[in-house]
Order: sequence, then structure tokens, then C-alpha cells
Amino acid sequence: MIENGMIPIEWFLIVSGVIFCIGMVGVIIARNVMIIFMSIELMLNAANLAIVAFSRDLGVLGGHVMVFVVMTVAAAEAAVGLAIILALFRNRDSESANIDEVNLLKW
Amino acid sequence: MNTFIFFAAAAIAISASILVITQRNPIASVMYLVTSFVAQVVLFIKLSAAFLAMLQIIVYAGAILVLFLFVIMLLNLRREDFGRDIKLRYKPVAVAFAIVMLLQVIVIVDSSEIVKQAGASLPADFGSVKAVGIELFTNYLYPFELTSVLLIVAVLGAVVMAKRSL
Repeated sequence: MIENGMIPIEWFLIVSGVIFCIGMVGVIIARNVMIIFMSIELMLNAANLAIVAFSRDLGVLGGHVMVFVVMTVAAAEAAVGLAIILALFRNRDSESANIDEVNLLKW
Repeated sequence: MNTFIFFAAAAIAISASILVITQRNPIASVMYLVTSFVAQVVLFIKLSAAFLAMLQIIVYAGAILVLFLFVIMLLNLRREDFGRDIKLRYKPVAVAFAIVMLLQVIVIVDSSEIVKQAGASLPADFGSVKAVGIELFTNYLYPFELTSVLLIVAVLGAVVMAKRSL
């Protein structure tokens, strides 16, 4: 796997940036609350890719540990966020995934 | 060959990511998200991060996305509940944000600040389970223990929120 060093880090960073932008556009334009959530996962993963690329380039393993922590945060975020979505659907009459209809602090 | 694999994986990852945010059906979105993550696993392997590649498959594609699918099916949405797919009103804002972000990425990548070592001095076991494990349990033991606290808090929070009555 060491001979893969020939792919320059810039290419990985560009892929990472493009995927991050796609995730950000998804958060802005999506109506469905699940798709917004998936866009956040996309952005986390793009950041992971950039961290691993820098880790390879600098030859330190600390970046891999950082990605490990990011994955843990993503798992915790998925658990809590999905619990919020479930609670939201249980407490409302109209069963729609449209995020624009969620405009009350209390009901 | 190396370059070809990189470009194929990058193209699959980017196009699957675009498909994720343009689907109306969230289940199709999850499937494209799995595709995107698996393509990113190929990029991880190209970066000689073998342990993280396995972790990405097992934790992301195996656990988190199955949780997504589980919740979507539990919500039991009908087709008419999906709503219109995108908020057209915000499309110019989104495009403007994306262009600015991409320009920033290009400027940063173009600058000479990035240290270029091209992975020449990597040890043979860089990114293996053993190397990452040693790093995790020696230099980064304290952050590692803190992630377990984070997981406990997340589990408690999920239980409290999902309970019907406190």
C-alpha cells in the first residue's frame, strides 16, 4: 500500500471539498428532514477524508485517531438526532417529513 | 492503474453524493449514501488507512446507515408525504455558498502552505490496526476514554427523548 504515495494530496483535498459543498447545498435546499440529516453525514465524511489525506502526507497517525473520534461523534449525533425526529413525528398530527412545517416551539 | 482507481472512486463518490440530495424518496437517498461511503472507503485505502477503511464500512455503512433505514421505515411515510423535493427559493443561496466554498478550497489547495512529503517516509505498517491501536492507547488514551463518556451521554439522551412519558 506504500506505493500509493504517488497520488498527490491536492486531489484528495479537492474531492473532499466538493463532497463537503454537496452536503452543504443539501442542508440548505432539502425539505425532507432525513435528507438534511444525511447531508450532515456527508459533510462529516468529507472532513474525515481531508484529515486522512493530511495524515498520510505528514506521516503522523494522530489524524487517524481524530477520524476515529469523528466517527464516534457521528454515531452519537445519529442516535440523538434520530430520537429527536422520532419524538417530532410522534407529537405531531400531520405526518409529513417537510422541515418547513416544523415551526412551533411548543404544541 | 493507481490513478484510474482514484478517479473512478472519486467520480462515484461525488456523483452518489449529488444523487443523495436530489432524491425524493429518503430510502433511495440512504442507498446512494452507502454507495458514496463505499467509494470513499476506496479513497481511504489509497491513503493507506486500512483500519479506518474497515471502520468506515462497519460503523458507517453497517451501523449508522442501517439506523437511518430503520427510522425511515419506522416513520412509515406514504409517497405523498415526501413533499416537494427541494426548496427552490433557497437555490440561489445554496449555489452561491457552494461556489464560495469551492473557490476557498481551490485557493487553499493552490497555495504552497501544504507540506508536500508525498508519503515517501511512511513506515510499512502505517494505518494498520496495530499501529493505530498503539497510537490510540498510548498518546491518545485520554481522548479515547472521553469518547466513551460521549457515547454514554448520547445513549442516555436518546432514551430520554424516545420515551413516551418521563
